[in-house]
Amino acid sequence: MRIGVLGYQGGVYEHVYMLRRTFDRLGVHGEAVVVKKPEDLKGLDGVIIPGGESTTIGILAKRLGVLEPLREQVLNGLPAMGTCAGAIILAGKVRDKVVGEKSQPLLGVMRVEVVRNFFGRQRESFEADLEIEGLDGRFRGVFIRSPAITAAESPARIISWLDYNGQRVGVAAVQGPLLATSFHPELTGDTRLHELWLRLVKR
Amino acid sequence: MIPKYSPFSDSVRLYEVGFNEIVDFFYRLAEAGDKLREEGVWLAYGPEKLPEALEKPVNGTVAVKLGFPIYQKGGVVMDVTNVEQAGIAEDAGAVAVMVLDKLPYDVRKAGGVARMADVKVIEQVMSSITIPVMAKVRIGHYYEAMILESIGVDMIDESEVLTPVDEKHHINKWLFKVPFVNGARSLAEALRRIAEGASMIRTKGEAGTGNVAEAVRHMKLIMGDIWRLRGLSAEERLRVAREYGVPHQLVDLTARLGRLPVVNFAAGGIATPADAALMMWLGADGVFVGSGIFKSSDPSERAAAIVLATSMWDDPEAVAEAQRMVSEAKSMMGIDIRKLSPEELLQVRGAEA
Repeated sequence: MRIGVLGYQGGVYEHVYMLRRTFDRLGVHGEAVVVKKPEDLKGLDGVIIPGGESTTIGILAKRLGVLEPLREQVLNGLPAMGTCAGAIILAGKVRDKVVGEKSQPLLGVMRVEVVRNFFGRQRESFEADLEIEGLDGRFRGVFIRSPAITAAESPARIISWLDYNGQRVGVAAVQGPLLATSFHPELTGDTRLHELWLRLVKR
Repeated sequence: MIPKYSPFSDSVRLYEVGFNEIVDFFYRLAEAGDKLREEGVWLAYGPEKLPEALEKPVNGTVAVKLGFPIYQKGGVVMDVTNVEQAGIAEDAGAVAVMVLDKLPYDVRKAGGVARMADVKVIEQVMSSITIPVMAKVRIGHYYEAMILESIGVDMIDESEVLTPVDEKHHINKWLFKVPFVNGARSLAEALRRIAEGASMIRTKGEAGTGNVAEAVRHMKLIMGDIWRLRGLSAEERLRVAREYGVPHQLVDLTARLGRLPVVNFAAGGIATPADAALMMWLGADGVFVGSGIFKSSDPSERAAAIVLATSMWDDPEAVAEAQRMVSEAKSMMGIDIRKLSPEELLQVRGAEA
């Protein structure tokens, strides 16, 4: 199994590290590679889009010619996981809490609406325990200037909700082999969410 | 919301809580985790020791403060002085902007006391862009930091570029919910700042000169010191910890990880894409660019080119392309460090504390 991590910027090596641990956990032979150029996309079984600044990652992916071929591959069934900025890049519709509509290069492959910086600025970043459909027990979510998933249309489905200041918002969603989370599972050392996604990756 | 600071009571306890958590967090995070688990250290610091269940979201935890700079890695933080420059930085792909009253180059020229930027300007920048906004405070100035925390700045830089207000002490950063970045010229300085609660370190370089030489020197010193630590016995590390004035666990952790236990950016004098790529190649996690962009005559192109070179530093062809995007004729003039008198150096400020 060969999983790529989009490697321009952000928590790239944290995902590579978590992938290696998850391969060990599942007992599969796997390889985690960093994707930066179009030729790195060859022979991937799945791709992770890490957290970072979605504008920066989008601009660089477009400039280096990775955005279009990646979109094509994901539309053709390449499994993808996006955390935080990665969830924004996967989303079909993106708004920003402060400045509203903003155009930025995105994949736009999931039928979800994501609001950037939903919970506020770094000061409002938080940790919380979450219930996630398909996982036993609670999962520690680390939210850093995170987006929220405010709507999902079939075939996309929200699998984790959070009550925040009296509002119920989505923080994880799936659509076939695509998984988007607004928190950072790669920061907790808990591999269960990566396991959940790797099970969606066909060998 | 405002941290209550009593230098003689609570701070000691807070410091210790913070230190245990920093060790815990990075033991979970770093590649070294597997090795540590074999040695049994994992059980002492691993997930079993996580805080109790969180029924409600909790702000400002150590994981959140140390996590923020992780998502800046591989990116460029740009110094800006107004909304217009912040927009240029965002469009070029900066991961954050640092709001200042004057760029370091102008701080040098103007002289006098350099202070925190105008709060109104910081707030305008915060409402005009979507990327994080950082701002600088003077070394030891608790109240400038509390003001920035209260208006919601994403990260505070306790910076030697501004005039220090406390020659002996830096801010106790464990008291704040907002993460801090501090400058360092050596491993000892970096570890002292981390022990005080810094979530991120940057090399000091010599700001506002357009000359990257000092940043290179500091990065090589820090990396070299880490490599030396790795070869030391436990007793010798204890001695080093005493010499540095930091907890020995922090020295051990650094030696085991083979890098600083927090994100480490390069700063001070970066003016071209090649400068940025060089600093990444020397082991930086990302770069801060100060006067280099807005003191050149091609700021938009230069900003985009430095972003490209920082991310693609391991690919000389891409860095060459980035270098082609800028013209040397348009670079900032630069100042020869050897022509500066010792009083004019910014990097020495706060170094002894």
